[in-house]
Amino acid sequence: MSSESGESLVKISDLSFAYDSRTILSGINMEIPRGKVVAIMGASGCGKTTTLRLIGGQLKPSSGEVRVGGQVVHELDSDGLYQLRRRMGMLFQFGALFTDMSVFDNVAFQMREHTDLSEQLIHDLVLMKLHAVGLLGARHLMPSELSGGMARRVALARATALDPMLIMYDEPFAGLDPISLSVIGELIRRLNDALGASSIIVTHDVQESLKIVDYVYFVSEGRIVAEGTVEEIKASKAPYVHQFVWGEADGPVPFHYPAQPYREEIMTQQAKVYG
Amino acid sequence: MNRATLDLWVGIFVAIGLGALLFLALKVGNLGATNVGETYLLQAKFDNIGGLKVRAAIKSSGVVVGRVSDIRFDPEAYVAVVAMRVDTRYKFPKDTFATINTSGLLGEQYIGFEVGGETEMLKEADFVKKTQSAVVLEKLISQFMFNKAAEEPGSKKK
Amino acid sequence: MAEMPNNSRLVRLISGLGNRVVNGIWRLGFASRFFLMILVYSGTALRRFHLTIREIYFAGVLSLIIILVSGLFVGMVLGLQGYDTLQRYGSSEALGILVALSLVRELGPVVAALLFASRAGSAITAEIGLMKATEQLSAMEMMAVNPIARVVAPRFWAGVISMPVLAALFSAMGIFGGYLVGVKLIGVDEGSFWSQMQASVDFREDIMNGVIKSFVFGIIISWIAVFEGYDSDPTAEGVSGATTRTVVTSSLAVLAADFILTALMFRGA
Repeated sequence: MSSESGESLVKISDLSFAYDSRTILSGINMEIPRGKVVAIMGASGCGKTTTLRLIGGQLKPSSGEVRVGGQVVHELDSDGLYQLRRRMGMLFQFGALFTDMSVFDNVAFQMREHTDLSEQLIHDLVLMKLHAVGLLGARHLMPSELSGGMARRVALARATALDPMLIMYDEPFAGLDPISLSVIGELIRRLNDALGASSIIVTHDVQESLKIVDYVYFVSEGRIVAEGTVEEIKASKAPYVHQFVWGEADGPVPFHYPAQPYREEIMTQQAKVYG
Repeated sequence: MNRATLDLWVGIFVAIGLGALLFLALKVGNLGATNVGETYLLQAKFDNIGGLKVRAAIKSSGVVVGRVSDIRFDPEAYVAVVAMRVDTRYKFPKDTFATINTSGLLGEQYIGFEVGGETEMLKEADFVKKTQSAVVLEKLISQFMFNKAAEEPGSKKK
Repeated sequence: MAEMPNNSRLVRLISGLGNRVVNGIWRLGFASRFFLMILVYSGTALRRFHLTIREIYFAGVLSLIIILVSGLFVGMVLGLQGYDTLQRYGSSEALGILVALSLVRELGPVVAALLFASRAGSAITAEIGLMKATEQLSAMEMMAVNPIARVVAPRFWAGVISMPVLAALFSAMGIFGGYLVGVKLIGVDEGSFWSQMQASVDFREDIMNGVIKSFVFGIIISWIAVFEGYDSDPTAEGVSGATTRTVVTSSLAVLAADFILTALMFRGA
């Protein structure tokens, strides 16, 4: 449609979103170039996951727009949206594998739903996808029999089943042991490059993601507070980035939830009881 | 569980469900009996049908030969007209006597056919001429009381 | 100062009450819209019928044992109680009528529906609720597959199909139970047991009306079960609360609908 899609696959301009009156995102601008892996980082509850849902069209923005491949997501009708989603893959926080299907059927799910491929061909494709994440031998297992890291890898195979142009990861590193962590990180990068896709990782795991991404956005309280390449971020002196990257307890993000000073709180309490 | 086993189980499930329905229809219900056969229409006028209802049985010598299909009031003759569907296997003579009876003291009411001696048979939509109305219990009791009251003086003399 | 807490409690009570009413109406509206959406998106469930067959297995086949055993016991109790009452009036041969009519018209559809609501309805709610809580429904949406068409509609139709089958089995089993107790145990005449039953149970009036009832109950229970699951809060308490609500709401709805249907069907007789 528009020529700007030549450069970036996803272009977010002036995006705002609010639940009722609670503002989640305000004035976000982002670009996800083709072939790159981009991380959106920030503390829990800062609106990262909301951003992903806006890109996937599961939520509608209050103002601004998200363009994916030149199309404005929230202006698509449901058919258009479903067409678009077929070219997206998404990895949910804990994998969100279909618990009533085996590993094989999970990966085959989209092929069976969206294509007319023969069972034989689907079989071969699924094995290929499972081989790519190293779980060829686990194809007969049910999701309840998998460890957290394995479930994440199966979900990764499922998300890439139809060779999407855009892969989104919602906290792919949450709750994994160090080995699974680097396996997943490695896979994200490798799959992205093999498929020639673009990836968005929403995470708060700084160390792991800085190893594999090309560009980072920092989001805090619904705004982008910093952005840059990995080198720029590591060298950054901005207090928020510094606190986040080096994991300090106090800083621009306060340790305390807003409250009266402790002393005052105690005094008023005592005044009520003994007064 | 693979698809074939699943299909088998669900197939068995639906089959025994249909079996149960068939059992209800034939063994428990009356589908096998009078409803399926061919019937013809007979009509009869009664002064009083009492508690007779549509679907009530029509019996001859105690055998069910048909069912009441419709009951209406004739506003000109001021009588009840009862339409009956009778099994075509059974023909009744013209002078058949239709009475409204009660099975047991408090049971359902049904129409009884008492067969006469004519050789000509009733045909489709014919009227059964000779009828006897339902016995209304209240009437019977009040009649009995009335008679009793009338007898009182006589019995005292004794 | 002393009156304030009382006052505010009253205000809170009233506003809480109003809140619940508004919330209830809002949910009713959403549930109705959801029902229409199920119908609109039923194409997949019917075209790819193996999806529905799978759910019939879980909702129907797995409910068989409880339905058959309960039916047998209910019929046996009816046999005992019915005989006890009828023999006082010297009409114990009417036991067949009593057992068959109470089962076919009322107890079969209603008790089977109540059992179905607690056995299968709760399971459907819990399953859909868990799929929502673990983001499986979201994931499906992101894979461009409509969860109402793929997950909800097959379960709904499975419930609607299973319910009349289960009710018919319940009635048949109950009549068999009544026969066992009445004829085999107590010694009511076998011939009059069956013949009296056949003489007064009408196929269309009694049996088909029972089937229609169970069909309506199937729609009600399945609708409530899938709705509660789909609408549940995506947390552990949310799912358990929704499961409880399914059983309570659908049981009440079945009994209320039974009254209305009975009034409509047997008004003339």
